[in-house]
Amino acid sequence: MSATAQDHRNQDTRPGISVQLDGITKQYPGVTALKGVSLDVRAGEVHAIVGENGAGKSTLIKVLAGAVEPTSGTITVDGVTQSQLTPASAQDLGIAVIYQEFTLVPTLNAAENVFLGHYIRRGAVLDRKRMYAEAQRLFARLGVDLDPRVLVQDLTTGFQQIVEIAKALSRNARLLIMDEPSAPLTNTEVDAMYRVVDALKAEGMTIIYISHRMEEIFRLSDRVTTLRDGQHIATENTLDTSRGQLIRLMVGRELTEGYPTRDLTPGEVSLRVQGLTGNGVSDISFEARRGEILGFAGLIGAGRTELMQLLFGAERIEAGEVSLHGRSVISRSPIQAIGNRIALVPEDRKRHGLVLEFSIQQNITLPLLRLLSSSTVLRRRKERDLAAEYMRDLRIKAPSASEIVGNLSGGNQQKVVLAKWLATQPEVLIFDEPTRGIDVGARAEIYQIMNRLAAEGKTILMISSDMEELIGMADRIVVLREGVQQGVLTKNDITQEAVMALAAQGELA
Amino acid sequence: MKSIVMSRVRNLGILLVFIVLVIVFSVLTPQFLEPGNVFNIARQITTLGICAVGFSFVLITGGIDLSVGYQISLNVVVTGMLMATFGVPWYLACLIALALGTLIGVVNGLIITYTGVAPLIVTLSMMMVLNGLSYLISKGLPIFGFPKEFSMLGQGAVFGIVPVSLLFLIVIWAIGLFILNKTYIGRYFYAIGNNVEAARLSGVNTRLTLILVYALCGFFTSIGAILLLSRLNSAQSATGAGFEFSVLTACVLGGISVMGGRGSLFGAFIGVLIVGVLDNGLVLMNVSAYVQLVIKGAILLTAVIYDATSKRTRGRAKQIGGVALKTPTGATV
Repeated sequence: MSATAQDHRNQDTRPGISVQLDGITKQYPGVTALKGVSLDVRAGEVHAIVGENGAGKSTLIKVLAGAVEPTSGTITVDGVTQSQLTPASAQDLGIAVIYQEFTLVPTLNAAENVFLGHYIRRGAVLDRKRMYAEAQRLFARLGVDLDPRVLVQDLTTGFQQIVEIAKALSRNARLLIMDEPSAPLTNTEVDAMYRVVDALKAEGMTIIYISHRMEEIFRLSDRVTTLRDGQHIATENTLDTSRGQLIRLMVGRELTEGYPTRDLTPGEVSLRVQGLTGNGVSDISFEARRGEILGFAGLIGAGRTELMQLLFGAERIEAGEVSLHGRSVISRSPIQAIGNRIALVPEDRKRHGLVLEFSIQQNITLPLLRLLSSSTVLRRRKERDLAAEYMRDLRIKAPSASEIVGNLSGGNQQKVVLAKWLATQPEVLIFDEPTRGIDVGARAEIYQIMNRLAAEGKTILMISSDMEELIGMADRIVVLREGVQQGVLTKNDITQEAVMALAAQGELA
Repeated sequence: MKSIVMSRVRNLGILLVFIVLVIVFSVLTPQFLEPGNVFNIARQITTLGICAVGFSFVLITGGIDLSVGYQISLNVVVTGMLMATFGVPWYLACLIALALGTLIGVVNGLIITYTGVAPLIVTLSMMMVLNGLSYLISKGLPIFGFPKEFSMLGQGAVFGIVPVSLLFLIVIWAIGLFILNKTYIGRYFYAIGNNVEAARLSGVNTRLTLILVYALCGFFTSIGAILLLSRLNSAQSATGAGFEFSVLTACVLGGISVMGGRGSLFGAFIGVLIVGVLDNGLVLMNVSAYVQLVIKGAILLTAVIYDATSKRTRGRAKQIGGVALKTPTGATV
């Protein structure tokens, strides 16, 4: 039988550990990821770390997890200086990381995942009964009722995260590093995750909480550290700081988190959708006007993305009518959708939006290659000019148009996707989670671009799970739940509560 | 552009391997560098080189066509029989061969795009079908007795020295380079090989492009088959057996990734030269056929391992460089 399993039976709650970083520098060839970062994390506190993409958060996590060896600087854990931290020794010290990409095996059940690598055994035989009991106790510690026999692939993302945390606890974690834990979760799941963090905090667990989202930082953390360009900028008591202050520290300049205002001058109705059915959504009807940003709200799985795939011709329409300026625009393929002047900026830009190995130019011109060719031969000059024009227009920051897109930041990648679609001269632009994984500065730019497009008379459909963003940007909001339209809220009726009431009927209880 | 610089460096590396190989063989066997032998090599690599064009296209889109070997077998038998048994004019027989090769490719492409079965499995099954058909038609017997004009294709020489087949090879290579680098279709091949879903959502007709790529592979392979038949002057069902592995070796040696999306025809061309020189040199050195098999297998293995690991190193380098971006949607297990 496993020794670690023995440990946590005898000693369910152990106090968290303290960690001190002193002058941590990490240099890669050509890049300094961390510059003399000093940080002290007290035992039992929830310590938030914020910063834009590229601020050094990921590298800092890797240093703490022993995955990356710092070029210089010292790490002290509970007063003992660690000369060389390896993944194994970090784990022995009780340091555990909950990454955004879970490390679970989908075809094993919850308990088997929790104890993966240190199964409770009698000789060579698994002691399932005890394993299930132990797993259940761990889940109970987190305040969650979860059947340890359920396969992980059948769990929602929120519960999968719980399994991941329980896995860390089963290995006697005393410092939990959570890397943007709310990013993949729905709003209800986020609330459940807060409660888990509260439960761990009550036990005395030390938690480092990495996040982009202001709301969570103020809800959960005791102290908050800001990183920028690999440097430590400030560590403050959460109670003594403010959103504006944190954003200023992160960005290094004044920037309002708010949404740029726009004159509400909706033009005539452009897009008309009637009884649209297929791909898991049924009987969707709405109208959108020129110059309007029409928001789509709903929980994960409500059918928002699926609806947009229908409009874009990526999935098959079973019934219903779609018209643009009175002309039927049922698209049977993305090629037809492009011809119908409809563009889709997809949710997962790396899988669906970009060819990461292609250059900026090659990505921007991909939908238009045929038009840029005469009898199949590419006109290089035309191609170059077109890419240059949109690169300039959207202010894509890169040394040249031949830079490989995979090397760009999230914000710039998203701008490349946008450039690609703007080049097709669309009338209707669909944005599916347009600011996901994008830092504050680039986010504001994306908003400005969207507003500019609306002002030019385009029709914009926007999906966002970030309620503040959706309310800030949209003129009206269509709410979906389980593939069915729940209602359309107009500007004056839009409140977070009103949207949630429609989106989560029966789920809030 | 980093990737191009990288591929240039790789091409240089593989060119170096080729040069070393030539030096080694010319030291070990004095007749290796004689003009007669050099043109002999040129004749021998014609079929390999022509097939490598279509095969490279397929690899770049992320697919594979294991049926090329028995496409040659069936093509050779059908063309031979048309001429020798049915007295069909040689040029008409050649046109039928081209149509047959293209048709096989289209069938491969249709099955792959409409069923979603992996190209490896589809073309492996097709390989067996073609193998069987070839033996059914030939009844296992060699076919010979072709018109003189036909023999000129593979055996003739311009100005009494430059092989006609070499001219074919050069023309086909030029066409291949043009398609891949100058037309939007070539760009589509790379886009599909790197990210087929993103390509589809960007308005690329992925299905049509993939059918086209297998059709082109079949088309080029049938040209290779015609030249091979002309050179051998005898059609047998065993012709072409195992050829798919020579083509695969040449392409992968030349830096065309079996994972799709990467590689250039220049690289593949050097790969063809290496395989050709190796074949010729080993025979000149009287190395036994079995030992040759082991050597060639080991080379293919080395090439694919190099391909796989260099891709992995690239991925790792990206991560370490800190430029790798987080995917907040990475929730799916």
